[in-house]
Amino acid sequence: MATTDVPGANGKLSEQLDAVVIRFCGDSGDGMQLAGTQFTNVSAVFGNDVSTLPDFPAEIRAPAGTLGGVSGFQICFSSSDIFTPGDEVDTLVAMNPAALKTNIADLKRGGTLIVNEDAFEKSNLSKAGYESNPLDDEESLAPYQVQKVPMTSLTRDAVAELGLSPREAERCKNFFAMGLVYWLYQRDATPTEEWVKTKFAKKPELVDANLKALHAGFNYGLTTEAITVHYRVDPADLPPGNYRKVTGNEALAFGFVTAAKLAGKQLFYGGYPITPASDILHELSKLKNFDVVTFQAEDEIAAITSVVGASYAGDLAITASSGPGIALKGEGMGLAAIMELPLVVVDVQRGGPSTGLPTKTEQSDLYMCMFGRNGDCPMPLVAPASPADCFEMAQEALRIAVEFMTPVLLLSDGYIANGAEPWQIPEISSLKPIKVSHENKQQGDEPFMPYLRDEKKARPWVVPGTAGCEHRVGGLEKLDVTGNVNYSPENHQYMTTLRAEKIAGIADFIPEQTVEGPESGDLLVISWGGTYGAVRTAVKQTIQEGLSVAHAHIRYLNPFPKNLGDLIKRYKKVLIPELNTGQLRMIIRGTYLADAVGLNKVQGKPFLISEVKQKIREMIEEK
Amino acid sequence: MSVDVTLPVLSPKDFASDQEIRWCPRCGDYSILAQMKKVLPTLGIPKEKFVFVSGIGCSSRFPYYMDTYGMHSIHGRAPAVATGVKLANPDLQVWVITGDGDSLSIGGNHFMHVLRRNVDLKVILFNNQIYGLTKGQYSPTSPMGTKTKSTPFGSVDRPLNPLSVAIGARATFAARSVDVDIKHLCSVLERAAKHKGSAFVEVYQDCNVFNSGAFEFASKKGKKEENVIYLEHGKPLIFGKERDKGIRLNSHDQPEVVELGKGVTEDDLLFHDEKSEDMNLAFLLASMRHPEMPEPMGVFRCVDHPTYNDAVYQQVESATERSGEGDLEALFNTGDTWTV
Repeated sequence: MATTDVPGANGKLSEQLDAVVIRFCGDSGDGMQLAGTQFTNVSAVFGNDVSTLPDFPAEIRAPAGTLGGVSGFQICFSSSDIFTPGDEVDTLVAMNPAALKTNIADLKRGGTLIVNEDAFEKSNLSKAGYESNPLDDEESLAPYQVQKVPMTSLTRDAVAELGLSPREAERCKNFFAMGLVYWLYQRDATPTEEWVKTKFAKKPELVDANLKALHAGFNYGLTTEAITVHYRVDPADLPPGNYRKVTGNEALAFGFVTAAKLAGKQLFYGGYPITPASDILHELSKLKNFDVVTFQAEDEIAAITSVVGASYAGDLAITASSGPGIALKGEGMGLAAIMELPLVVVDVQRGGPSTGLPTKTEQSDLYMCMFGRNGDCPMPLVAPASPADCFEMAQEALRIAVEFMTPVLLLSDGYIANGAEPWQIPEISSLKPIKVSHENKQQGDEPFMPYLRDEKKARPWVVPGTAGCEHRVGGLEKLDVTGNVNYSPENHQYMTTLRAEKIAGIADFIPEQTVEGPESGDLLVISWGGTYGAVRTAVKQTIQEGLSVAHAHIRYLNPFPKNLGDLIKRYKKVLIPELNTGQLRMIIRGTYLADAVGLNKVQGKPFLISEVKQKIREMIEEK
Repeated sequence: MSVDVTLPVLSPKDFASDQEIRWCPRCGDYSILAQMKKVLPTLGIPKEKFVFVSGIGCSSRFPYYMDTYGMHSIHGRAPAVATGVKLANPDLQVWVITGDGDSLSIGGNHFMHVLRRNVDLKVILFNNQIYGLTKGQYSPTSPMGTKTKSTPFGSVDRPLNPLSVAIGARATFAARSVDVDIKHLCSVLERAAKHKGSAFVEVYQDCNVFNSGAFEFASKKGKKEENVIYLEHGKPLIFGKERDKGIRLNSHDQPEVVELGKGVTEDDLLFHDEKSEDMNLAFLLASMRHPEMPEPMGVFRCVDHPTYNDAVYQQVESATERSGEGDLEALFNTGDTWTV
């Protein structure tokens, strides 16, 4: 809903909007992630709800100017609640022909296209596969409001007096682009200016250059005759409190540190670098003063087994990886499962199989995480719904691990991990501490029994160094209570069942499944993980259209919430949209004999809201 | 200075678990277990502070037979598990029990990395040059031509030399002994226990079922005196029943056997220096293999370097000194925040 205001101070019109989607795209060396992040920050600080989607090229550094090297960053900012970075782009900033070519399809009709005109020269055009300059093709650009801005030369002129090399001067052009967009959307540049001053504190000439470029971009918008309207998006009506922006990986790190701190325990992280999970290691490595020990292991197997060792020795222990790394960790998870030790394994899913699409998102590790270990080896699975939700689910995963003495899997994905949204900073006093009790045998007690169980079927957790509780654990089948190796057929059956019952019993200690929308009706849409935002928005909008549809987003995937089966029965049809070929669908069908239908996309991209809406309408319309 | 420290008085029996030992009769593992039980009570460390971590294989059943903390883990990964244990709780004395297949085939990677990091762990490699638990396939230390079920025409693999690998990974302590050489094994285990850093001990171990007598040259009375050199720091390399032979470096700096007397004196011989930072001597000693040369037994290398676990905790401490003890509220409020 746009309303046109009175002319602004400089005589230009200011138009008010509810939500805007901007995408910065350029060569991977052009600083597009930086531009997007800074724009997100100023919008968040301004008070908008924000949601972001960085899109990295798969190549570390594809040749400059080529289609494979395009890096993008999309941000949606709004004056109301939003759950996704948006479907269609309102303003596209394209720094070169390759960026234009790979992104123009997402720009909506009537949207603003800002291009760096200087970059549209012969060699870049040919690298992008253009036979002629698309900026000269007035017909194809007709649907858009096109701003051809010679950003490279304007930037060079703006910083001319600083005596930088031409290369250094041109590198500031992302700040010029930012400045222009800041003007277009009336953003206060102060947080970015502060950031520049801190970031380049040791290189004052770069502080000057970037600020000059930023201001030049802003002033270009202000003064040029070509741009006649700029826009305003008011602050969102979020619940009162203090906010900051978090990415999923940051929020996971915060959640784990919080859990450990509140439990009074040391946090141990053993990991091996892999996209898109590495940032969890990076974040935790900075937090050593929180009694955090990080171990960059020699491989994924060493990462999980170091975590097994650390857990045995009494730490809250975590490892994180992505699909190929999780595959390697399977044997270690099985070891932790039979030894009944608490630890958390994070899978930040990406496109597979094998190395697949390392920088793109997917939800296709559900089968592997649910079933991918030898033997009957159920493990609890939880999945955060959004970047901010990672904070809570990290703590939940550790809580389940410790309370039930079991390894736990947490399924994130590339979309959640790199995406960002506002996070309401919690009151520390409101957080629920994890209670850890370590067995500590008193003199004269009976011999210590490492596999004696409590009411949750959990065995005691003893820290080595505790006198009188010396015991051995291992991967061979155990006799219950004593923990001694035992191969008897009856015992193996008993222990297999016992371990499975212990995991299934967790259902009594997790929240019941809730729905958004009517408690019964024509259609239930079930989602999990990072598709939350698109599905939530789609269901909300189709309810507004008058359709009988509800949304259940599952955050506890094993065991499922106790009421899920009954809930599913209350709807005529079930739709499960997933970024895979139907993994949750098969599990739901198998578990509840429900005739669920899938909406499945494996393109390395998140769902568009419109895709989900269309499927919902189709399913309700067809008899 | 008088500090009242009551050291526990323990005996080998205190370290015996109640589990029935299920190694084959006359297996070399029994002797290693017995020597371990003898050495641990002498260290002045409470029993509950010991953790034994093993991988998979006959030797890896070892933790079950010790009444300490222990973990029988998975194939080849014991060094990584033990690293986690030590990092989580540096107060523990952590031993890794492994075999030639476990540590050098499937666990080769972890073996190398735990040594190069110098994690304060004691790695005891039971080398019997065969896969015993899987019933007799050749191992990465089996000599070329070894005939087994999987190599009926003789193996064509070139074997690894565990000590060369360990020294190549810059192990700060590297030693070798023989299962039945009770006194020597005890002394080597004791020195490994007292070393601060990764201590690597290769033990020649007899598998009398699948590879009987593989190390007879180094264990049998009457043979070993001619085939083995016992290393002593600062002493010349002398061997032989009559102690009449020694090792000298030839003009190409290669070791050669010489007879003492007839113009060769002790001073002409190679002297052992386990403290040398230069690893050449240790490499050279590791390269001396039977039957071409007498094989060295004892401590090849023992140098002081900072341990990995200490370095990890120094970072934790200095980060805490620098930034203060972690404060969640301050952490959450760093960077751009706003109030609604």
